Formats: sequence, C-alpha cells, structure tokens
Amino acid sequence: MARHSVLGAVLVGALALAGCGGAKVGDTSSGATGDCGTFNLAINPWVGYEANAAVLAYVAEKELKCKVTKKELKEEVAWQGFGTGEVDAVVENWGHDDLRKKYVDEQKTAVSAGSTGVKGQIGWYVPPWLAKEHPDILDWNNLNKYADKFKTSESGDKGQLLDGDPSFVTNDEALVKNLNLNYKVVYGGSETALIQAFRQAEKDKKWVIGYFYSPQWLLNEIKLEKVKLPAYTPGCDADAEKIACDYPDYDLDKLVSKKFADANGPAFQLVKNFKWTNEDQNTVAKYIAEDKMKPEDAAKKWAEANADKVKAWLPKA
Amino acid sequence: MVAVAAPRQLPRLFQHKKSLIFAAIVVAWLVLWLVFRNVGTLALGAADLTPLHRWINGVNDAVGASRNSNPVFLYFFNEIRLVIDEFVTFIQALIAQPSFGRPVPVIGWLGVVAIAGFVSLAVAGWRVALLTVAGFVFLGLQGLWQESMDTLSLTLAAVVISLLAGIPLGIWAGLSDRANRVLTPVLDFMQTMPTFVYLAPLTLFFLIGPASATIATLIYAAPPAIRITAHAIRSVPRNTVEASESLGATRNQTLVKVLLPSARKTIVLGVNQTIMAALAMVTIAALIDAPGLGKTVVKALQTLDVGTAFNAGLAIVVLAIVLDRVTTAAAGERRKLPRWALFGGLGVTGVCVYLSHTYLWAAEFQSDVEIGSSINKGATAVTEWAQDSLPVLTGGFKDFVTFALINPLQALLAESPWFLVALVVVALSFMVGGVRSAIVSAVCIALLIATGLWQDSMITLASTLVATILVMLLGIVVGVWMGRSRRADRFIRPVLDAAQVMPAFVYLVPFLALFSASRFTAIIAAVVFAAPVAIKIIADGIRAVSPATVEASTALGSSSWQTIVKVQLPMARGALTLAANQGLIYVLSMVVVGGLVGAGALGYDVVAGFSQGQLYGKGLAAGLAIVVLGVMLDRLTQAAAKRWTN
Repeated sequence: MARHSVLGAVLVGALALAGCGGAKVGDTSSGATGDCGTFNLAINPWVGYEANAAVLAYVAEKELKCKVTKKELKEEVAWQGFGTGEVDAVVENWGHDDLRKKYVDEQKTAVSAGSTGVKGQIGWYVPPWLAKEHPDILDWNNLNKYADKFKTSESGDKGQLLDGDPSFVTNDEALVKNLNLNYKVVYGGSETALIQAFRQAEKDKKWVIGYFYSPQWLLNEIKLEKVKLPAYTPGCDADAEKIACDYPDYDLDKLVSKKFADANGPAFQLVKNFKWTNEDQNTVAKYIAEDKMKPEDAAKKWAEANADKVKAWLPKA
Repeated sequence: MVAVAAPRQLPRLFQHKKSLIFAAIVVAWLVLWLVFRNVGTLALGAADLTPLHRWINGVNDAVGASRNSNPVFLYFFNEIRLVIDEFVTFIQALIAQPSFGRPVPVIGWLGVVAIAGFVSLAVAGWRVALLTVAGFVFLGLQGLWQESMDTLSLTLAAVVISLLAGIPLGIWAGLSDRANRVLTPVLDFMQTMPTFVYLAPLTLFFLIGPASATIATLIYAAPPAIRITAHAIRSVPRNTVEASESLGATRNQTLVKVLLPSARKTIVLGVNQTIMAALAMVTIAALIDAPGLGKTVVKALQTLDVGTAFNAGLAIVVLAIVLDRVTTAAAGERRKLPRWALFGGLGVTGVCVYLSHTYLWAAEFQSDVEIGSSINKGATAVTEWAQDSLPVLTGGFKDFVTFALINPLQALLAESPWFLVALVVVALSFMVGGVRSAIVSAVCIALLIATGLWQDSMITLASTLVATILVMLLGIVVGVWMGRSRRADRFIRPVLDAAQVMPAFVYLVPFLALFSASRFTAIIAAVVFAAPVAIKIIADGIRAVSPATVEASTALGSSSWQTIVKVQLPMARGALTLAANQGLIYVLSMVVVGGLVGAGALGYDVVAGFSQGQLYGKGLAAGLAIVVLGVMLDRLTQAAAKRWTN
C-alpha cells in the first residue's frame, strides 16, 4: 500500500508542477538569417586574434545578417581548413611563410585578403624596472655584461634567454651564436610561461630577458621594453644559420579560402575591407583580457563607439 | 612465523654477486663519462632537421595535397567521418545543443538530471544516485550546463565507439595469444604517442568537427577497454573453462555462458578506465574545436584567467567522479531494485523529461543561486596568494632538486657518448631480464638513434626517471597510509581523482609562478598526474595483504614501522612493481605538457611540430621517440617485476 501511495504522490506532485507551467519552449522565435549565409571564421588562440575576430563576427551578424560559425583552431589546422572547405577566413596572420607557400602557392586553396592594419613586432624584451635601473641593457652590445644576472637553474653558467610559444619563428639560437652572446636559449614552450615569467620579474624585480611580441594584451598591463638588436635589413635573415639581425616588422594580414573569395559575398567583402590599428586592437583586447568581457560584448562596445570605422568596412551596395 | 618476518628471500650469495656487477657497471660508466664527456652525444639544434624529418614533411604535404582527389579519402575516411559526425551531433541534439528548430535541446537539464539519477539508481544504488543528481545540479550551478553536456556528449560518443570496437578486440586478444602479441604493441603505441602529433593529421583525414575530436579521444581511450577485457578473459580460472568444455559446450557457448559472465566485473572496470581516459582528453581535443568544457579552459588560459579555467576544470572533475562512482558501483554486486522503486523512478524520470522538453524553466538551467563566479573568485584568490608568498621557498626547492638530482643524471645520460649509454643500458637489461630484454633494449636504442633525437631523448629520459622516483616516494608514503586507514582513503581518494582529470594547464599557471619555466616544473606536473595512479595501486596492494598476517606481526610485538617495512611492503611487492610501471607510463604521457612549461627536449619538439609546418616531421619523430622510450621502460620494469616477484 505504502509504495503505491509514494508512487502516486510523486506522480501527482510532478503533474502539479507541470500544471504550474511557465514559458513554453518555442514561445519566442530566434532571428532569421539574411542572404549572407554561413561564415566560417577561424579563431586562433591568442587574444589579439580574438579581438579582430570578435569585431568581424559582430559586424557580420549585426549588419550583414550572416550566420557566423566560429571555429577555435591552431594556425596549422585553420589553414588546412581552407582546402577542406571548413574555414573561410583567418583574420590575423603573423608571417607564416611556410604556410603561405604551401596553401597559397602550391595547393592554391588560400588567397590573401590584405592587411589588417596592425603592425606586429617580435624581439627580445625586458621588464620595465630593469630597463629603468639599467638603461644600457636595451642595447644588445651590453648584454654580455649582465649575463651572470640572468643565470637560472636551466641555463647553467650562462645567462638565460627565455623563448616561448613555438608558434612563431624564432632565430634566437642563431642570434645568440652569431652575436657571441654568453646566453643559452631556454624553451619555455608556451605563451603562458613567458607571461608568468615577465609578471613575476616585474613584481619581484627579477632578472628576465625573453622573446616576446607586440601587440599583446600583457603590454597593456606591463610595459615591457624591447632590446635593440642589429637593425633588420631586407635579406639579412636569408640564411637561417647566419642570422645576426633583428626580426622584421610584420604586417599582420588576412587570409581567406579561394572558394570564399571567388563567391565574393558580403562576408568576404567585409573581411577584405576590414582594417584598423594597433590601438583599436589593444582596446578590444583589453576589454577581453583585463575587463574579462565576453568577446561579443567587447566587440559590441567598440563597434558602437566607432560606428564610422565600421561603416567603411561594409560592402558598397 | 619466520616466513612472515622474512618473506621469500632470494639466495643471499646470488643477490650479493648481482649487486657487485651492478655497481661495477655504474662505476665504469662514471669513469668513461669523465673521459668521453660531450663526445658523440648526437645533439641536434632546435631548428635543425634530419633527412627523416624532411621526408615525413614531404609525406604530410603530399597527403594534404591529394585530399580532395584521393579515393581513399572520398570513399573511406569520408564515410567514417559522416557516421561519427551524425552520431555525436545526435547526442548533442538530445542533451546539449539547440536542435530540430528549437532554441533548446530535446531534453533539458531537468530531464538529463532525472535520467542520470535513474540510471545510477538502477545500476549503482541510492547513494550513488544521490551523488549523481547532486553532481549534475552542481554543473548547472557552476553556470556551465551547456558546456558540460557538450563534453558529456562527446565523451559518451567516444566511449560507446571505443567499447563497440574494444570489447570484441579484447575478447579476441583474451582468447588468442597471437592476437594478444599483435595488439599489445599497437595499444602501447596508441597510449603513449602524444596526441599533439596526430591532432593536425586527424583534421586532414576527418575534417574539423566532432568526428576528429571523437577519434582523437578514442585513440587514447580505447586501449584500456581492450587491455582490461583481454586480461579479464585470461583471468577466468582454467578449470572453470575446462569444466564447461568437458560438458560438451562449444567455443561460443563457453564464451557467452562462462567466460563473459565471470569476466563481467573486470570488464566494467575497463569501461571505467575508458571513461576516465576520454575525460583526460577534453582540453586537448578543444584545440581542434571540440565543443565543451575544454574550450572554456583553453580560452581562459589565453589571459591566464586561472579562476575561470579552474571552474571549468572542476566541472570535468565532477563529471569524472560521478561517472567513476557509477561504473565502479556497477562493477560490484549486482543489485535488484524493488519493483515499486523501479517503476516510480521511471515515472518521475518520464515526467521530468517531458517537462524539460516542454517548459523553458526545466530546459535551460537558469539559476539565481549561481556559484560559478564564487568558485572563480576563490580559485583566483588562492592562486594569487600562492604566487605572491611561496616562490621564495619553492624556488629554493626547485634549485636544490635541479642541482642535486636532475643535472647530474642529465649530464650522465645526455653528455655521455651514445655508444656508452647504449652499452650500459643493454648490459643492465641483460642482468634484469636476460637475453630477451637485452635485445628489446638494443632495438629500442637503435630506433631512438634513427629518430635523430638521441640527445633530446636522453634529456627527457633523465627528467622521466626523476619524476618516477618522486612518484614512487609519494606512492609509498601516501599509499601505505591509505592502505592502513580506511578513513584516510575516504578523504584522499577524491583528491587523487581530481588530480588525474583536472586539466594540467589549470595548475600549471601557478606552478610556473612558483617554479619558473624549468624542467622541474615539468617534473612536478608529471608527478601530480602520475602519483595518484601509483598511490591507488599501492594502497590496494597494502590492503590486500591478509589481515591475519598483519595481526600476527603486531602480536609478535612489531612496531607499526616494522610491520610496514618487514611485512606489508614486501608482501605488496606485486603492487609496488605495477605502480612503478604505471607511474613511468603516466609520467611519459606528460612529457608533452612538460614541453609547454620549460622541459625542452622531446616535449618541446612535439609542441613545436604541432605549431610549425616545417617542424612537423621532427615533432612526429619526437613522438615516436617517446613511444620507444615508453616501450623500453615498460618492458624493462616488467622484466624486473617478474624476477622480483617470482
């Protein structure tokens, strides 16, 4: 008997709950998509890229009524996606001559869609306190003088030059050798390792020198100073083993799949026209990294404040 | 009594002579090392390639270029991809993603909680069912319902496919020695080959999407199911099988009526291990756009947002603990639910599913008592405190271990000429396991040289050995404690589970602050991941020592220390060797993660290969070197274990 009443009570209770109701699924309908269709946007894993992509996605959805599919991928995989038709656009590319050769020149599945307007820089950086107390460290000629200070458990009797994310080309081993520096390249292996090293170095006044790049959201927080290496001249990096000059400045550009470009739809027009500045990107990157805003919200905030810039990207009707 | 105090002593003289030869080999090595230091170390610069590496690059490019014309792709891989994609998308449509033109999944949170609770109730009993319901509601409260369901969908898909393929293969390997011999190296390969190596090629074969993510997961997750099934079939007592055969049963009848039922419990444990392995892949699969919690972790780490990453990592841990407890309980005694509970549960579940299908409040988890942000804040605060106040202590500890342990070992291995190391390893292998072991080691060393990454392999080997030593120290201390005290076990076990499935990068961020980017950080990360396995194995081994023996020892007036050292540890030496073996393999599976925090060597080679096209071949070769190291160390520890336990 008891068990029947338990069962009954449960059922009655549940049905009563159901009767109370609430909003039913399907009461509100979602927005329809326009003639733009689907736009497959690769998201490479760093904040500056995310800033570009978030703004593009926001504009594509809001103004062009595209259905934007964001795909979070490492660079290699994203470029591969041009050929398989699963990625339409990569919207911040750092050089990557090897990928360019493979997918643009050989397989012909990708084409360039012009500059993003953002200038990229790679080099050796030190924390601000160090640059302030020992200004001469910003010249590579004086690096050997301080090599002892940079010793760590990993570098033995030499100074440690911390390298990070292997996604970018590094000539650091060749540079150390050819500039006769008493340093050893230690591979941190990730951007996280670099950021933690610099943060701690600034906080505790520790001696750290490492490979870094701008634009990068950390630079909003800690103004790392770049060490001057022998100036870059075109062709000075032709022979990888003999490199003894600084890294070139990168014009960060956009790549799209051949199919996407040929179709020439509104989303492609938008990607092609998209161009802003380091400052713009830093603003959005700061919203995301420091203010912990969602990329969509960060993009919205920037786009609403910069309506004229956004307007210039829209396809001419 | 004598047998209790001194279990199975090897003949004294024999042991004595052996250790003399051992010492002689080591001394000879040290002397020759002084003479030949830095000669013939086969070093290779970070950006340098060998012809093998270039050749692999060429193959990779050729495959990529022919993707759209090659019939193997068009009619084979594409078909597999389609089936798996459909399967995963279907599960996602049921519980995770808006589907069938609705803004929400078919079954909302209330329905999923009810189904999970009911299934747990049916297979694992009341207590586990309560845990399940609490765990799933917790996921919602964390503000991660949809992400968790995406992860659950992918995990379920990978596990189902793993089992569909794995259990039959396991049965086959259990019945046939030949199949077992063929499968074992394949499984070793699948488990130790770093995922980074095949992640990019997978998306070439199966495109970006759920299929690639699922396949990446199941490559790592299927082997435990196969191994444990095979082991289960083999462990069925011979006389049971013979009895069945003498009664005139056919092979099929014996399999279905005798072997499978007696192996059932162990096979369920295989399912359990497969689920855990699948959850361990969540973050890595996110690098090729796998939906779910992994994405949250990866994204949060771009800005070093430990709080958010920890919250998502915790959700993975909760999922893992729930699934683990359900499957473990299911492997235990078979329970029969009273009929009223069964039908009552079914009814409630049905109503909940209906509600969650129909009403928004039951479909989307909208909680006003959200706790995700508090967890986030708490984790951030703890991390900041640790980063601010501990580095002075931890930095010193790092330097001590590095100079006392890592550097000398690495100098010996990586700065000796290759032929000297080869000679020493082969000689030691011969002493440990006879001619067979010597041959295996010799072949492995030849393969390491062929990869072109000999010196990197030796550096990685040095770190691996240090990490394994630390794992065993922790394993023995904590394992003995847990084995002797039920209460300790109850408190420590969930922590161990958490350490095993919490994505490594969540704790690597504070570790980097505590220990800088260094080999030591990599070693600590490996210890966090590998120690739980060793601890659990040793705890179980200690507990399995018969209580009568322990009581006898205590009755004879032994102190706790004497009982542990003279009775419990020696009698659990099977477990100790198993722990060492598994500890090594788990440490090796963290080599790549180590590459991300300053370990350099093979780990870094793999990471770089994943990130840069021209280094792809080198990355693959480094992956192979890790596999070869794994096989060599595995066979050696097994041979040593055999000698020691017999």
